[in-house]
Amino acid sequence: MPDALLRLRGVACVRGGRLLFEGLSLRLDPGGAAVVTGPNGAGKSSLLRLAAGLLRADSGTVERGGAAALADEHAALDERLTLERALAFWARLDGARAEAGMAPLGLLPLRDVPVRMLSNGQRKRATLARVVASGAPLWLLDEPANGLDRDSAAALAEVMADHRRRGGAILAASHQPLGLEDSATVAL
Amino acid sequence: MSALVLRELRLAASGGNALLPLIFFLLVATLFPFAVGPDRPLLARAGGGALWMAALLAALLPVDRLVEPDRASGVLDQLALRGLGEETVALAKLAGHWLSFGPPLMLAAVPAAALMKLPGEVLERLELGLLVGTPGLAALTLMVSAFTAGLRGTGALAGLLMLPLAVPLLIFGAGLVEQGGTGALKLLAAVSLLLVAAAPFATAAAIRAARD
Repeated sequence: MPDALLRLRGVACVRGGRLLFEGLSLRLDPGGAAVVTGPNGAGKSSLLRLAAGLLRADSGTVERGGAAALADEHAALDERLTLERALAFWARLDGARAEAGMAPLGLLPLRDVPVRMLSNGQRKRATLARVVASGAPLWLLDEPANGLDRDSAAALAEVMADHRRRGGAILAASHQPLGLEDSATVAL
Repeated sequence: MSALVLRELRLAASGGNALLPLIFFLLVATLFPFAVGPDRPLLARAGGGALWMAALLAALLPVDRLVEPDRASGVLDQLALRGLGEETVALAKLAGHWLSFGPPLMLAAVPAAALMKLPGEVLERLELGLLVGTPGLAALTLMVSAFTAGLRGTGALAGLLMLPLAVPLLIFGAGLVEQGGTGALKLLAAVSLLLVAAAPFATAAAIRAARD
């Protein structure tokens, strides 16, 4: 049995004095995927940040079997740089190439556009391109399909399927169908 | 680490961010003689202290751009995800910030000293003091920057936090300009070293605290 890429055991999360969830257990093996659903404020984003190690669990344990890449509402790209150079900064830290993320999400035509000029949907695609290029086995995606047009949503489904075929795992929080086959559902 | 320092330098260079403190510093040096009059002995006596005061206030200017933009845009989270410790990030920020602040300020001190009619040996002591003291000033700016990241309306609060903490730098820096000697220099170096040593840890703790 291969090692799990993400393992949550009995995790509870308290934010601002309010208990968001408790006793949450989850295991993601290579090739696995889970979609977190729930109403606004249920703690979907907090669960992703917990899995990323950016928040501490108030009880229970969080274990990761490898690096994790997070795409949340923050693009984390330098606004003044062109898209290619902004993504290249992260690709360099990851020991990867920015094109590896830009090509599948159709961002190559935008490579010379400054990040501050990008639309919301293009910014979301750039955030996803950073994750795709990272080479991390575990992807944590917060509302990845928000603001994407139909073609981009299809491209997203394609890169996610490809990532799972290559032994990666995905934990996504979403209100929309993402086209993830055989995925577990975590309802908060 | 070198990629992070380069990024800090690029951010400092973009949009003239690094120029603002220098222009402010030179502006104070220009205004001071207008305020006290063109009396050469008086200017020479008070000028060094006034320039240290100007350096201190100039160091306050970048406080809102060092940490908060990176926190708000998620850059700090992404760096943490890549296994870079907050201390490493803080150290890179300190190095990048000092490089874009210290040496340029020392250059700007030359025309500023001319405006104040400072004699040559006083300028030498001022430059020596800035060389030793600006790392401490940069460390202080970075720490206050991290303490106030994520808060609203931080301008006044940053000043209230930073200026009292900078008093030792000011005393020993101005003392060195006025009297020379190794005593003031050693004390200035000690204060500066203490601030530089504390900055990565204090900044890292503040970054982690701002995440919750």
